[in-house]
Amino acid sequence: MGMTMTQKILAHGAGLEKVEAGQLIMCNLDLVLGNDITSPVAIHEMDKFSKQTVFDKDKIALVPDHFVPNKDIKSAEHCKCVREFARKNDITNYFEVGEMGIEHALLPEKGLTVPGNVIIGADSHTCTYGAVGAFSTGVGSTDMAAGMATGKAWFKVPSAIKFNLTGKPAKWISGKDIILHIIGMIGVDGALYKSMEFVGDGIQYLSMDDRFTIANMAIEAGGKNGIFPVDDKTIAYLEEHTTRQWNAYEADADAVYDEEYTIELDKLKPTVAFPHLPENTHTIDDCGDIAIDQVVIGSCTNGRIDDMRIAASILKGKHVAKGMRCIIIPATQKIYMQAMDEGLLKTFIEAGAVVSTPTCGPCLGGYMGILAEGERCVSTTNRNFVGRMGHVKSEIYLASPAVAAASAIAGRIASPEDI
Amino acid sequence: MKAEGRVFKFGDNVDTDVIIPARYLNSSDPAELAQHCMEDIDAEFVKKVKKGDIIVADKNFGCGSSREHAPIAIKAAGVSCVIADTFARIFYRNAINIGLPILECPAAAAAIKDGDEVEVNFDDGIITDKTTGETFKGQAFPEFMQKIIKAEGLVNYLNSNEG
Repeated sequence: MGMTMTQKILAHGAGLEKVEAGQLIMCNLDLVLGNDITSPVAIHEMDKFSKQTVFDKDKIALVPDHFVPNKDIKSAEHCKCVREFARKNDITNYFEVGEMGIEHALLPEKGLTVPGNVIIGADSHTCTYGAVGAFSTGVGSTDMAAGMATGKAWFKVPSAIKFNLTGKPAKWISGKDIILHIIGMIGVDGALYKSMEFVGDGIQYLSMDDRFTIANMAIEAGGKNGIFPVDDKTIAYLEEHTTRQWNAYEADADAVYDEEYTIELDKLKPTVAFPHLPENTHTIDDCGDIAIDQVVIGSCTNGRIDDMRIAASILKGKHVAKGMRCIIIPATQKIYMQAMDEGLLKTFIEAGAVVSTPTCGPCLGGYMGILAEGERCVSTTNRNFVGRMGHVKSEIYLASPAVAAASAIAGRIASPEDI
Repeated sequence: MKAEGRVFKFGDNVDTDVIIPARYLNSSDPAELAQHCMEDIDAEFVKKVKKGDIIVADKNFGCGSSREHAPIAIKAAGVSCVIADTFARIFYRNAINIGLPILECPAAAAAIKDGDEVEVNFDDGIITDKTTGETFKGQAFPEFMQKIIKAEGLVNYLNSNEG
């Protein structure tokens, strides 16, 4: 019986010839990361360890990104805690305001996540790095602390679901539409404890940014990780961003999958997830007439340069609807600069949007776009749970940057085709 | 080891944002987090819950964020055990790592009602609904996880294993 991509990476990480689903293994870690919300809890846990030093100062990434620039005094104290820990332990990859970005956009851009890596992060969207062929998964702060101290983590080897992506997606179909479609199909616990392995001839049409978006939201189907094979686009991305050694793993031909799905990308339509679960999906022609108050374009899901370009292509020469708040957040300083150099920021501001420095802020109801009672937001973020972005009686509609930008102009949920 | 208390029953997909909303994540103090536990799904929960009480829920309890603040808030609010049909995997790990007892038991999750008095025996995984007299068998933990639970968390376990 063969192994899946994920199982091969885990076997290598555990120093084993072979692993199988359900097996408990101890793996060596290539990267351990945390943010300003989760790291302080981990640092406090580290204090309880008999071993007080970090396993490798080059293999830890600390990215204050959720509530920075500090939104209040308590957040400032959290960031101070992380900063002091980074200094004390001489952490190479600590990213201060000015060089930081949203962690899951920043770390691949910095070349810190490469194929074959075993990565844990105290943030559920750590699964993003599967886009480059790494095994990466979200954990809590105690696992992060143990990872920082020992360089190891225990895993139950997951079984997998195979998603065979076929055909070429139509013009406005992005990674977001694909992953929302999949979550709508299998549900928010459809991949619980499992790997989501994305393969097929359709992958060649997906940009790296599309793949980051898809892998990012594996957790929204309950997945342990989402992963793509390494292809020419991955290699081109790695050549541009990293000098680290990497290993590409392919699934064995006789690898066993719990389930297999074929997704015909050429047949997909822009897809929107209605409140209050990412599985409540509707295609754009089935959304009805829903007036909105706010649009957010950004986050670890959709704050990359492709996302900025798509939003700008729709907002160019147009203006957001009267009374609309359109908040655009390039995910990293590099993306911000690129958007500036390409004139995208000017397009956004001329269209009546505001542009923010990188932050997770509004996605999790932190700051920079909190919703009042009864307000509705179309957001390119990843969760639309009750109260996620503000008041418990506010509503979040998850969509692609194209749908979000079109909706900002229309003042209601709209297709980019209609603008 | 046993837990005994009154049940607070919840449905499917109770997410970490309702367990502890992110607007309170500028704190990592367990007592402060406990004051807002379950606030966005049941604003009265914190007033009603007593030490030892038990949460019972349906599918995918704890889905969403990796915030360990979620099991921390539940534990600090006095909850002695969470029983669910299934748990989201990060919540499951986190609960074990911080020493919050949890049990997967679809039959118990389906049958136990809000307000029932329930007893859980962690040694044999037997769940007894004392209100109805029904008993259920929860899924046993793998030996490795039992060791973490017995050590009352991952840090203690690793400390003892490193000698």
